[in-house]
Amino acid sequence: MVGSLEEPAVRERSERGAVARLTAAGLQVPGLEPVSLTVSSGECVSLSGPSGSGKSLILRALADLDPRAGELALDGTPRTEVSGPNWRRAVRYFAAESGWWGGRVRDHFRDQGSVGSSLDIVGLPADAADWQIDRLSSGERQRLALLRGLEDGPRVLLLDEPTGALDEDTRDLVETLIMAKRAGGTAVLLVSHDRGQIARLADRGLEIRGGCVETTP
Amino acid sequence: MSYVVLSYADLALAATLILISGALSLAFRLGVGQQMLIAAARMCVQLGAIGFVLKFIFAQSSPLWTIGLAAMMLLIAGREVLGRQTTLFRGLWTYGIGTAAMTFATTLVLTFALLVLVRPEPWYAARFALPLLGMLLGNTLSGVSLGLETLIATARRERSAIEARIALGHTRFEALGDAYRSSLRTGLMPIINAMSATGIVTLPGMMTGQVLAGVDPVEAVKYQILVMFLIGGATALGVVGAVLASVMRLTDERHRLRLDRLRVE
Repeated sequence: MVGSLEEPAVRERSERGAVARLTAAGLQVPGLEPVSLTVSSGECVSLSGPSGSGKSLILRALADLDPRAGELALDGTPRTEVSGPNWRRAVRYFAAESGWWGGRVRDHFRDQGSVGSSLDIVGLPADAADWQIDRLSSGERQRLALLRGLEDGPRVLLLDEPTGALDEDTRDLVETLIMAKRAGGTAVLLVSHDRGQIARLADRGLEIRGGCVETTP
Repeated sequence: MSYVVLSYADLALAATLILISGALSLAFRLGVGQQMLIAAARMCVQLGAIGFVLKFIFAQSSPLWTIGLAAMMLLIAGREVLGRQTTLFRGLWTYGIGTAAMTFATTLVLTFALLVLVRPEPWYAARFALPLLGMLLGNTLSGVSLGLETLIATARRERSAIEARIALGHTRFEALGDAYRSSLRTGLMPIINAMSATGIVTLPGMMTGQVLAGVDPVEAVKYQILVMFLIGGATALGVVGAVLASVMRLTDERHRLRLDRLRVE
């Protein structure tokens, strides 16, 4: 009922699929020293650290899901110049535990007609579009949440344990999908406990140590 | 037909009926006998007091007195909304939103009723304004309480679904769409039920009162229908106002879900 205004600056550049550079400066996240980081177009940066060290909170703060002081900018456009929904259309957070509001898979996609044709990318049959959400396994949910969040072409992916609930085969599919997006110019910030995955996907790493975000040597 | 005045002796005799309930409590060891007596005593004192207050205010025939008592009724109704919530906003927001929504809805509908429909002389005659407000307020209060309770319970229960939508770039009204729609539905349910059951299952108190006071039943029914429509309008306005204002308070200008604005024990 309340329509959102499209800020042309951010949307147009996203359609051209050109650069995407997410920068955070002095971002205040509880339990951490102020966070400053940059993730650029076509780059995958890993973020690791012990459980409870604040990795998810950093991702949520970058997607502007919690009220946090500090500066955030996408291609130099500060978040304050973009509405919250438009910021999150460009900077997309994928929670470790995905949330679902409708009864069937199809209800969660913007283009409900063509959901079926894209499901094989994550190893699901076309009729999965009509599956009931309650009956999905955690691995199916995780893959569908990724597909759902990629549908409108966000420019920065904030992935929180994107393969935590997957077996090796489906994990490979998801990793291939992430690498394809990165190759297409999307910026990726990846939280993962899996050292092998970080080695396979990440161009460089960040690590939370003693409340500070540091560059992994 | 004539109006039969009750004597205090009649009331005393009727009071013995409450003793049946007391005996029931003793016989089955329900332990509610004392509560029942206290409640009955409270009712006598409260109604007695309001009887004298109304008599006094009717005698004043001054808009100030009428508005003063109306304001007090609204403030007390706001308290009552609070009492019916399991989770409140921090600060005075629940009280403020509930009271403001009820004030807006009942004032608008009451003004329409007094100036356009009933048109008593003078328009502020307390004999019309206050009982009408009381009936509007009682029903709007139930709707607003249910609507707020449902909205906040749903937002807390569906947190991950709502945040998933917000993360996908949905606006606050899109993300909370299911939550506020079910809250509005719940808030409107009592008046819908009351309208469908009335006349078959229940005879409304106001109509019964008019009939007992000697009014022609058909005339009393006309009044009752008018009052039901007024209640329907006031409830709808009140519920919509309270629920949408609460959606705004549950989220912020960046369209984030702000459950931290709730007081959670």
